[in-house]
Amino acid sequence: MANPSNPNAPKYTGLKGWFYDRLPIAEFIDTQLTGYFAPKNFNFWYYFGVLSLVALVLQLVTGIFLTMFYKVGEATAFDSVEFIMREVQFGWLIRYLHSTGASFFFIVVYLHMFRAMLYGSYKRPRELLWLFGMAVYLALMAEAFMGYVLPWGNMSFWGAQVIVNLFSTIPAIGGPLVEWIRGDYGIADATLNRFFSLHVVAVPLALILLVVLHLVALRHHGSNNPDGIEIKKNLDKSGKPVDGIPFHPYYTVKDLVGVGVFLIALAIVVFFVPTLGGLFLEGPNFEPANPLSTPEHIAPVWYFTPYYAILRAVPDQQLGALLMFLAVAAFIFLPWLDRSPVKSIRYKGWMSKLALTVFAVSFIALGYLGLQPAEGVYVFYARVFAVLYFAFFFLMPFYTRMEQTKPVPERLTYHAHA
Amino acid sequence: MADNGVITDDSVDTSRRKFLTTATVALGAAGAAFALVPFVSSWKPSERARALGAPTDLDLAKVEPGQMTILTWRKQQIYVVKRTPEMLASLANHDARLKDPQSEKSEQPEYAKNASRAVRPDVLVLIGVCTHLGCLPKQRFEPGVAELGADWPGGFFCPCHGSRFDLAGRVFEGSPASVNLRIPPYQIAGETLTVGVDSSQKGAA
Repeated sequence: MANPSNPNAPKYTGLKGWFYDRLPIAEFIDTQLTGYFAPKNFNFWYYFGVLSLVALVLQLVTGIFLTMFYKVGEATAFDSVEFIMREVQFGWLIRYLHSTGASFFFIVVYLHMFRAMLYGSYKRPRELLWLFGMAVYLALMAEAFMGYVLPWGNMSFWGAQVIVNLFSTIPAIGGPLVEWIRGDYGIADATLNRFFSLHVVAVPLALILLVVLHLVALRHHGSNNPDGIEIKKNLDKSGKPVDGIPFHPYYTVKDLVGVGVFLIALAIVVFFVPTLGGLFLEGPNFEPANPLSTPEHIAPVWYFTPYYAILRAVPDQQLGALLMFLAVAAFIFLPWLDRSPVKSIRYKGWMSKLALTVFAVSFIALGYLGLQPAEGVYVFYARVFAVLYFAFFFLMPFYTRMEQTKPVPERLTYHAHA
Repeated sequence: MADNGVITDDSVDTSRRKFLTTATVALGAAGAAFALVPFVSSWKPSERARALGAPTDLDLAKVEPGQMTILTWRKQQIYVVKRTPEMLASLANHDARLKDPQSEKSEQPEYAKNASRAVRPDVLVLIGVCTHLGCLPKQRFEPGVAELGADWPGGFFCPCHGSRFDLAGRVFEGSPASVNLRIPPYQIAGETLTVGVDSSQKGAA
């Protein structure tokens, strides 16, 4: 059928031609895979984007299967999780993949966010890309919180109690708002049911939509890179970036290796230490929810503890809740707080390097302190690190403008492996 | 436009079109806002939850002086303490260490906004939910227990975030909670305590 002398003849024939004629498959491959050029100097940090996507797929697949056995409801939820763990064939594996997968999801998302902070990936023209990423992060936090309530263990119950009550600190509307969220006068069956609906339907749909928008925004300008240079500014005669390589096969193959390492690490934790000593799944959550007995010490799962430490460090309840929300929201403003003329930490001055180090240390320290009881020296250190944490954000407009930056090279710094 | 209704003029009346577009969008938005009402309302406590939140009774004669008993009302623990004269006397000695000694910022019915925060001074009725983040404060009635310090007058201690309250549920300085423990609406008729019904103004006097 294809006639080489006829320029209007279809390029593909047969079944493939039939599909390619009806869906823009060829265009997709050409603009997004083999014809999409990514900077050639991606390093280790650039694994965490694709790993976040892998973690999302893992949570969706294991979640679909858990929903087949889980029975929502005050009276049945806890028992159905035990049923999954003990009696469903390989139920323990699917459940631990989901609960451990949540922690792995946050590990790679935090490293992914830190990568963006290292190389200034949030800066112009990628501000919206960063905002979509932040929206994904917020949705993920809501998803993780509600997911933790579903097994209806005692930590589920009391965690929900503490977090939902945070909204009661809002002046005037706090009380009715909390009642509306719970659907009862306390954390109850109604609360569990709506969290289930949100966890398995609403938030995942929003997450998928946001991830698609995040990727579309990414592909619009292309990836940033460790040098923070726009590779599209340096094109060869055929219009391709001289410092770019086709996404497929170069980065797809590289990413596959990273995915393999990630899955091995996940498998090791799932098989040998699925709760990671109470860090990924807390002890009190293996007891049924008991509204009459508060666990000795309530701490959220590790990925929320930096913010929880800030909440507890403040002796005033309203201010504590406010600062906790601000600690999360601060990331949103990074594109406008960073006034540096350069993107990458490689070309920023010593003040930015020191500030980013202080931030990373504070975040980890707060994460540790949020797991400890809110007493004595722990509260003192939480206050110190909370101040340093906020200093990183709110002093940023000053130190990024004051410091001497290094000249940015014309081409990527890239050393081929000998 | 001709008289017979046939359009002969191809020009567009943009102001008319803009008006119609704006009016359509505004009306649509108003309709969408009304459509939200049933969905938002569905999250409020159901009729069943409301019915289960009916008042609860307790026979006070069964509570010994110095003892606490716990009721459940609207999914919340209600602490009922029969305070001894010594306990009541201890309330006056530490106003300076309290965040809100007169319960100005705290939540309680008008008839319980007094020195003992109670209708009948010996009967303390509290919502046993920490005003910080909703944990259950534990009873620590014995004064001067080691971990709470020699000047501890007896009261409640929240194990979650370390808030401390006295025997009228008033919060001590240095606690993460900002306001005193809440007091539910209640009335006492004879020796019967009913939680969930307001005391009449006469009973309050």
